Amino acid sequence: MLAAAIIIFREVIEAGLIIGIVLAVTQGVVHRWRWVNAGMIGGLLGACTVALFAETLSKSMSGIGAELFNAGILGSAVFMLAWHNIWMARHGKEMASSLRSVGQAVVSGSKSMSALAIVIGVAVLREGAEVVLFLYGIVAAENSAGSDILAGGMIGLALGGILTSLTYLGLVRIPVKRLFAVTGLIIAFMAAGMASQCVFFLAQAGVLTKLGQTLWDTSWLLSDTSILGKIMHTLLGYTEQPSVMQFLVYIGTLATILVASRLAAPLPRLPRNQHVLAA
Amino acid sequence: MKKTVFALATLLCVAGTSVNAQDATTIELSIKNHKFEPAEIKIPANKPVILKVKNLDSTPEEFESKSLKIEKVIAGGGEATLNIRALDVGKYKFVGEFNEKTAQGVLIVE
Repeated sequence: MLAAAIIIFREVIEAGLIIGIVLAVTQGVVHRWRWVNAGMIGGLLGACTVALFAETLSKSMSGIGAELFNAGILGSAVFMLAWHNIWMARHGKEMASSLRSVGQAVVSGSKSMSALAIVIGVAVLREGAEVVLFLYGIVAAENSAGSDILAGGMIGLALGGILTSLTYLGLVRIPVKRLFAVTGLIIAFMAAGMASQCVFFLAQAGVLTKLGQTLWDTSWLLSDTSILGKIMHTLLGYTEQPSVMQFLVYIGTLATILVASRLAAPLPRLPRNQHVLAA
Repeated sequence: MKKTVFALATLLCVAGTSVNAQDATTIELSIKNHKFEPAEIKIPANKPVILKVKNLDSTPEEFESKSLKIEKVIAGGGEATLNIRALDVGKYKFVGEFNEKTAQGVLIVE
């Protein structure tokens, strides 16, 4: 039961963290739950579909369909996150100031919300498909430990929910003035990590094999499969054995998002505040 | 212009067939009762190989290896073809993520 709980928890860490961060970034946005729920439900439906057609997907495009699919949705998430960050660099200040004034907590951010809903959907879809397959395998095996393992799976899911709440509660404690600077930075790192993961799948598909040699191996320090490793993987894009290409794409994505956000920021009126927001 | 297009097309073809051109050997292994068979595979260094993994169980499995940089879900009764890049001498572990306790294997490059 414990083993199943850990497996499921590990799978939902990414989606859990992302939902928590999105909830923190969008506090005060009108109808935000509508978008968040749409992302989660869409992602779940997608996950079941992907799990159901796992073999068809895997066999498609002469055996690299699953890899290209994964690379594609990761790539789209990177674009959505980058776009969100640049949008926030431009409008975050207005949002922060209207959030601060009492009774004016209604912010219209639906443009950026649709991008974030897609990011949630993609995270739920990717990890959810594996959870569905894992649980299906247990149900199909029909052994006596099945219900025990299923219970463990539910505990794992609940732990994911707790992680989402902790992420959200932790972030909203940050003063609104600084919140968007912090989340902006997290999102930039997160997007860079997803871009590197996208390269991973392209390499596995044999589409992008250049510079595929391992750059470093820090598995002795922090394993990708540990809980902390998974969290660092989502937040910072940590990988225990990245390829040279993964590293280059990571740095490139991070630099692009940070520079573009800085350029998109409105001209400073209060240099000190501006500095914080654009960081 | 034509020349460039031709050169690009040639390049793409070469890139696309580079694995085959080096005559990658195919190694078959299977998953049965959540175990790899064989669980230990020896291959020569600096030569790409192709792993054909057959899942003989009725349940899905995820072939995963950080050092080989592979994460691949294989449906119950399904099969996956994995391209392994040319590797340095060493041991490269792989697991079946859905049954990590029993599904363990290692690729020994020498």
